[in-house]
Amino acid sequence: MAGYIVRRFALMLLVVFLAITINFLLPRAMPGDPVELQLEQLSAGGGQIGDLQATAAAFRARLGLDQPLWRQYLTYLGRVARLDLGVSVAHYPERVSDEIRAGLPWTIGLLGIATLISFGIGTLLGGLLAWPRSGRLVRLIGVPAIMLSAVPYFILGIVLLSLFAITWPVFPVAGAYPFSYFPQADWRTVALIAWHGVLPALSIVLASIGTWAIAMRGMVVGVLGEDYIMLARAKGLGPRRVFFAYGLRNALLPQVTQLALTLSHVVSGAILVEVIFAYPGIGYRLYQAIQAKDVFVIQGIVLLLSVSIAVTTFLLDLLYPLIDPRIRTHR
Amino acid sequence: MSAVLRQIGREKLLAAGLIVLCSLALLGLLGPLVISLAEIGSTRARLAPDAAHLLGTDTQGRDVLAALVMALPQTLKVGLLAGLLGLGVGGLLGLLAGYLRGLADVVIRTTADVVMAIPAIAVLVLVATNVRTMTVGMMALIVAGLAWMYPTRAIRAQTLSLREQSYVDVARLNGIGGLRLVMTELLPNLAPYFAASFVTAVSNAMLATVGLEALGLGPQNQLTLGMMLYWAQYYGAVLRGMWWWWVPPVAAIAAIFIGLLAVSAGMDRLLNARARHDG
Amino acid sequence: MSAAPNQVGTPVVLDVRGLDVAFETPRGRARAVQGVSFTLHRGERFGLVGESGSGKTTTALALMRLLRPPGRILAGEAWLGDLDLLAASDTMLRQARFARIALVPQGAMNALNPVLTCGAQIDDLLRAHGARDGRAATDARIARLLHGVGLEPDVARLYPHQLSGGMKQRVCIALAMALGPGVLLADEPTSALDVIVQRQVLRTLVAAQKALGAGVVLVGHDMGLMAQFAHTVGVMYAGRLVEVGPVRAVFADPRHPYTRMLIASLPRFDRRRHFVGIPGVAPSLLAPPGGCPFHPRCPLATARCKAEAPHEQNLPDGRRVRCHYAQEPAIAA
Repeated sequence: MAGYIVRRFALMLLVVFLAITINFLLPRAMPGDPVELQLEQLSAGGGQIGDLQATAAAFRARLGLDQPLWRQYLTYLGRVARLDLGVSVAHYPERVSDEIRAGLPWTIGLLGIATLISFGIGTLLGGLLAWPRSGRLVRLIGVPAIMLSAVPYFILGIVLLSLFAITWPVFPVAGAYPFSYFPQADWRTVALIAWHGVLPALSIVLASIGTWAIAMRGMVVGVLGEDYIMLARAKGLGPRRVFFAYGLRNALLPQVTQLALTLSHVVSGAILVEVIFAYPGIGYRLYQAIQAKDVFVIQGIVLLLSVSIAVTTFLLDLLYPLIDPRIRTHR
Repeated sequence: MSAVLRQIGREKLLAAGLIVLCSLALLGLLGPLVISLAEIGSTRARLAPDAAHLLGTDTQGRDVLAALVMALPQTLKVGLLAGLLGLGVGGLLGLLAGYLRGLADVVIRTTADVVMAIPAIAVLVLVATNVRTMTVGMMALIVAGLAWMYPTRAIRAQTLSLREQSYVDVARLNGIGGLRLVMTELLPNLAPYFAASFVTAVSNAMLATVGLEALGLGPQNQLTLGMMLYWAQYYGAVLRGMWWWWVPPVAAIAAIFIGLLAVSAGMDRLLNARARHDG
Repeated sequence: MSAAPNQVGTPVVLDVRGLDVAFETPRGRARAVQGVSFTLHRGERFGLVGESGSGKTTTALALMRLLRPPGRILAGEAWLGDLDLLAASDTMLRQARFARIALVPQGAMNALNPVLTCGAQIDDLLRAHGARDGRAATDARIARLLHGVGLEPDVARLYPHQLSGGMKQRVCIALAMALGPGVLLADEPTSALDVIVQRQVLRTLVAAQKALGAGVVLVGHDMGLMAQFAHTVGVMYAGRLVEVGPVRAVFADPRHPYTRMLIASLPRFDRRRHFVGIPGVAPSLLAPPGGCPFHPRCPLATARCKAEAPHEQNLPDGRRVRCHYAQEPAIAA
């Protein structure tokens, strides 16, 4: 098992390294000079730049863009290691890492809770859908859930927003807490945050339950044909025990693998949901950065996304030995 | 061919999905012929739907129905192009990996795995923000660049298993080698898997496309469904209760995705039935 | 060969009458088991033998009502003491399963749940039947069961994938013994094992049976194995029992042509002849040949065999043969 952990860790490092490198190379590989681009941007916004070339050169020197590529790369690596991701051009002189730090907890909270809920319910639903003795209720819930899973999360978000925040103003329209409210460490704040989080979380949950259900259903159908299910019934075990301990548990491992594989899809979906609800997570900040063409913030958030997905995948990999004894003892 | 059509007809889910998609495609093809670009002119803004403007107008005074009809084919184009590209590249790589095995397989497989581990959104956003002017073609290219891995895996797995079938050995013993073997023995049996991979590729491509567009990274000069949503969002259509502006693109997008899901699910069932039959 | 226990006065533990099982396929109804009847006495080992597709496994599974759709029990009774298994309610059936009749499954490969330890799977069984009393007592009981099949007690802590095929099969035997059932159904328990392990497993099975005083129905395709193991043998062909009788008598003087050919096909060291097989293939269960199902492959088939399906004929010695010419002694092969 130690070998297994080491290998997954090595893969994670490889991916992180690759992400950092791509993050470094891609902007530099694209046509057009980013510095001139930024300067044009700034001057379009009403600034005045005297000699474009000289200013650009000065900026380049300031940002270290006149160094040979490999040296820039090493500098970049060093800065990333120190979590120095540059400064926000749009909100100068705010640091990118501060921007990210401000938005991260919101995203983790929203995404984490919504994914946990939808994964839990969806997996159970999928298992029940595959089980021959489930009631009609299961199928009644299952079909619309599956249909909803086809559409991207944010589409559902738009519909929910329009219905339950505009047409029937039950829930708040935007943000994680009321606009002029200053969050404090008390229950009222928690309640307000929860209230604001309902619609965004619901968009993610409703739109993703179907995905987990479909996947789990497939796995459980496969498991149902196995001999150990027959023996379990032959032993006279109750249907609930057979379903949970013999059926679900064996399908759980590939289901968790599925979660790991589709992680980036889930994250992308959540980002767009934040945009729709102006939820102050890193997704919304990414959107704002794109609007403002705030290059460093974009790069910083993108890098963060890559790294956090790689790390989360690794953490999920650590879960497998807990779920499947074959991995625990074999490798 | 007629046998294939009959098989498709028997699978209701597949048929339903195809009908939805074909109707949308038809609308996308014929629509622009009926409603010319000139009709998206500026008239009175923020009109709710009425007789003159079946879907109302937006904040710039443009007719929403006209915009929808113009945007639909563009979105479909991106999805199809990206799907085809992804399938073409991915399918070819998968075929090579599965058939040649050895070093080629290891290289292709590892590349696909590593690239898959990198979240698509990250690369997509990076690339998209660095492109000066985004066009439909560019979008398709970018999105396809990250969609090829899934067809690769699927086709590779199938090729590996088909390779072991006895009829391949028989063909090889008969002296049919290399390319001809691939063309005559493997490809016809891989055809349904190619079709299934195509649908998945198009689904993934559309998802990535709509996502990028909703962030504002879509084509600037050509209107697509995702961009319609972006502009609607940008001008606060939802908050202002201008439902006629965002409902049509949402409905169209939802229809596309549900159609793709139905087709994909139907194909899965068809393939499984075949596998059970033959196996 | 084993000597049959004294049949007279030995109680009957399982009485199967007229079992009829079919599979409803899109291409029609396949009659997998037709009119199968046999009785099992306490301490008796009954070998149900036949080629693939003969219906022997289906018979065993049907007795415990483990068949899944499209399999269906069309008719029949299976009396376990005072309980007809085929007609019992779900609750009674569940109570009887493994407590009064237990299955030793085929291919211990996949019969054990990969995510539970062997001990947990025995514990499951005890718990489901309310036979569990306290941690320590249960652990001891499991250890005793494992010991009874020749396994160390710490096998209980191991997962199925950590055991060899023979060990897994023995865990299955331990499971079957756990509640002291009166009937054991062993479905090809040695099929996936090598010869040496086969002997070990069979010896374990025999020991288990003796310990329980139970009757065993051993389903298999190996006539040689049946010769060594069974007291009574029942030969199945195309879903029907074509010959039943004490093993010695059947081997010495097989009355059904199929049985004769099966025995003749066994390789022997003392007579170095070339291998004799049975020409042809097993009939389709969807569209069986008219008359006697064996007639297309039978060297002695007559016009009567083609036209008329044979009834069961009762011969002395407790034998039953389903052939028109059962009364005639074997023609030297």
